[in-house]
Parts: sequence; structure tokens; C-alpha cells
Amino acid sequence: MLDMALWISLALILMALTLNVYRLTVGPDMPDRLLALDTMYVNSIALIVLLGLWLNTKVYFEAALLIAMLGFISTVAVCKYLLRGDIIE
Amino acid sequence: MTHYVILEGVIAFFLIAGGAFTFIGSLGMAHLRDFYMRLHGPTKATTLGIGCMLIASMLYFWVTEGKPDIQEMLITLFLFITAPVSAHLLAKTGLHMQLMHVDKTRGKPLELYEEEVGEKPVPHPDKGHG
Repeated sequence: MLDMALWISLALILMALTLNVYRLTVGPDMPDRLLALDTMYVNSIALIVLLGLWLNTKVYFEAALLIAMLGFISTVAVCKYLLRGDIIE
Repeated sequence: MTHYVILEGVIAFFLIAGGAFTFIGSLGMAHLRDFYMRLHGPTKATTLGIGCMLIASMLYFWVTEGKPDIQEMLITLFLFITAPVSAHLLAKTGLHMQLMHVDKTRGKPLELYEEEVGEKPVPHPDKGHG
């Protein structure tokens, strides 16, 4: 049952990443692409959690935490750049 | 024995719910017509999906190793704190760049400061640098 759930969840997350890539390439404006990147890092955290369940190890959660923190910081930095034309004022 | 079967079912349910919510969030982001509409999907549905998936992971390692671990809850807490902040900043960026919106999107950017509405980004008026 858990194998089946892992496969279904993996397929759903891969479809979600494909839709993100679509919005990243098509997106008409800069904030659309930024939103697509923001969603992509959250989905990659889900992918890493699935990898940890599949390999039955907890080593990858530190990587997930790092991706969460750096993704948030980079989103804020690019938003500040688009808002003010400068990151650190 | 039935104990483990029930727990496996709960973990499988949380995994599939997490995948479904993640997919629905990305579907909303790819399908809706307006940047302000598109902002709804990833900020709500995707955050809920990742929360479900981390709960499933926490339950699985609790069952297999016998003791609960706080690490997954840390990721969930961090994501639940940071998702609204980044959504607020993205919405503010969209208002600043005056993106096109469809007629059904309500609300006007009345709350922006003077230096935030303009043709192009304006540097901070404090002249702290340069």
C-alpha cells in the first residue's frame, strides 16, 4: 500500500513540476517567473521527502531544510530587487 | 498486526493528499489568467500539500524507529511561516510593476506609497549610498 502511495505521489509531484516549468518559460512577466521558481523549490522539498521515504533514511531532511531557507531568502532578494532596483539599501 | 495496517493506511492517505494538493496548487498557477489569481494556488494549496507530506514522513519514521522526531515539524513550521511573507512580497512586486489584470480581479493598489507607484523602480529616498 505504501509503495503504491509513493508512486502516485511521485507522479503527482512530477506533473506539478512540469506545470511549473511551463509557467517558468511562458510566464508573461517577471513576477510570474519568480512565482514559478518559488513553487518549484517547495515542490523539490516534497521530492526530497519522498526520496527519504523511499530510501528509508533521514539524511536528506537537512538538505530539505537548507533548500527551504535558501529558497525563501532568494525569493525575498529578487522581490526587493524588482521593487527597489537595489537589494541592500 | 492490524495496528500497523491502519498506520500504513494513514501514512498512504497523507502521502496521496500531499501530492494531490501540490498538484492542484501548480495547476492553479499554470491555468489561471492573472498574476493576482495565480498567486493563490502556490501560497495556499502547495503549502498545505507540503505540510501533509511532511506529516506522512514524520509518522513513517515514528512508526519504524519507535520515537518521534521534531525535524520534519521544523521544516513544516518554517514553510508555514515563510510562505505568506514571500506571497506578500510577490503581490507587492506585482502591484509595483502594474501588471495587467482581468476585469474580474477586484481591488486597486491604494495602499502603495508614492515612490512605489511609477514607471520604473525608484531608489530609496534616503540617499544612503552612491
